[in-house]
Amino acid sequence: MAEESHNKIAHAGKLGYSFRRNLHERFIEALLFLSAALSVAIMLAIIVMLVKESIVFFQHVSIWEFLTDTQWTPLFDDAHYGILPLIAGTIVSSFIALLVALPLGTIIAIYLSEFAPFTVREIAKPFLELLGGIPTVVYGYFALLFVTPLLQMIFPELPGFSLLSAGLVMGIMIIPYVSSMTEDAMRAVPMNLREGSYAMGATRFQTAIRVVMPAAFSGIAAAYILGISRAVGETMVVAIAAGMQPNLTWNPMEPAATITAYIVQVSLGDLPHGSIGYQTIFAAGLTLLILTLVFNIIGHVLRKRYREIY
Amino acid sequence: MQINQEKVAEPTQYKSEVRNLNFYYGEFNALKNIDMVLHEKKITALIGPSGCGKSTFLRCFNRMHDLYPGNRYEGEIILHPDDVNILASNVDPIEVRMRISMVFQKPNPFPKSIYENVAYGLRVRGIRQRAILDERVEVALRNSALWDEVKDRQHDLAFNLSGGQQQRLCIARALATDPEILLFDEPTSALDPIATASIEELITDLKSKVTILIVTHNMQQAARVSDYTAYMYLGELIEFNVTDTIFIKPKNKQTEDYITGRFG
Repeated sequence: MAEESHNKIAHAGKLGYSFRRNLHERFIEALLFLSAALSVAIMLAIIVMLVKESIVFFQHVSIWEFLTDTQWTPLFDDAHYGILPLIAGTIVSSFIALLVALPLGTIIAIYLSEFAPFTVREIAKPFLELLGGIPTVVYGYFALLFVTPLLQMIFPELPGFSLLSAGLVMGIMIIPYVSSMTEDAMRAVPMNLREGSYAMGATRFQTAIRVVMPAAFSGIAAAYILGISRAVGETMVVAIAAGMQPNLTWNPMEPAATITAYIVQVSLGDLPHGSIGYQTIFAAGLTLLILTLVFNIIGHVLRKRYREIY
Repeated sequence: MQINQEKVAEPTQYKSEVRNLNFYYGEFNALKNIDMVLHEKKITALIGPSGCGKSTFLRCFNRMHDLYPGNRYEGEIILHPDDVNILASNVDPIEVRMRISMVFQKPNPFPKSIYENVAYGLRVRGIRQRAILDERVEVALRNSALWDEVKDRQHDLAFNLSGGQQQRLCIARALATDPEILLFDEPTSALDPIATASIEELITDLKSKVTILIVTHNMQQAARVSDYTAYMYLGELIEFNVTDTIFIKPKNKQTEDYITGRFG
């Protein structure tokens, strides 16, 4: 009570503009804006650099040749600049990875969100997150030195480097991302929707599949898109376990290079700045950026189209 | 506690009998020694202050408490004419829920079309034939007074309906499976007065088809729609009687205080 009357006196007759407070507020706002602007600026800088360097590349190599040539041998005397082998390698390895990660990630999410008792969930979740914390280079050697020999017992003709082995391990690596985001989306579905389904005599599984998953659709779609982006952009596993030979093939049993693996290979080499070989990594990088951008846009559209409306 | 049916207009049968029901959330005894009956094709209202256990009691009838760990029932809820105790451990709660439907406080349509919402319970039971589904959906929508409003847009998303329409859709969903008892858990507390009036009218109309148990915190609503009223306080059933008797000359002082607004 005493404090209140004190405040009244202190503020008496002070309805006017406070210059000091206003300046302070503006300063904070500017600081926050700069932090946000920085990330946008870095993103723009990367795009500008990629486009600028790619333009130099495309002055030497036509876009037509880049998109249709079936060989990628920029470092050979007989140089070919067809991105198709790298795109094929990227698609095949990502496809195998997603074949593992999306179904398994979804099943794990359904179990953890709808079936698992509290204690099981509390134990399983940290382990899954740990799986996501393993360095990708470890996964790469896991694929090369453990999974490939294992697969060779089943397929004796499998070479030491293959898209299959790299893709499978990449899939395992992506599972935690997919399952954790899918589970979050499913757990965010309000309990009264589940109760409505149970009250109609539905089982847990029917409730999970017919009510919870459709309700969480946009979150699940976002999880899948993130998984796809991770698979397409993943570098270490494919660089180590898939071989680095650009190879236009849709056969997962063959070695091949992905866009990312090629960029690593060239970045490590001692190519002179400004050479056409050096310039190729920017064109490849731009292709990768466009590829992942397309997936992100699809994800964004899906999320807008199917907003969570409970 | 008195069970007294002196003013029953017509002789009715019991659809359900509750015998010495106790319910525990873990160690907490939320319902204490409840004895009550549900009259066939009548509306029974549960009233009482917040936290008195009326929703807990309602949710015993479709074994909703089985969804959460640590809950325990004691006593019996006998469902007639089969004379089975639906709380018995050898009774599958899913079977119970197939015969006793529920409408919730907040409209909770599924993220599906109007049609698929109503057909949900049928599909869960494995009914696939289009003709049967079409017919049952139409009947349910007519019975919930929603048919005329939605017949041309049955395949629209249910979320596009207004709050009152959504609640009537949830009633249609509950009706589509031909339940023996329909449970309402404060079905109008999230609705405006006009939607409330239409839901109340609907509930009154449904009496001819199904036995109804309704939880309400609105005493006028209990007086308007119900044939029998039970007053609960702190997990106990204080008084149960014909609604008119409860509201005009309650036998228990506590009931009278609550109804006249001196308490609660």
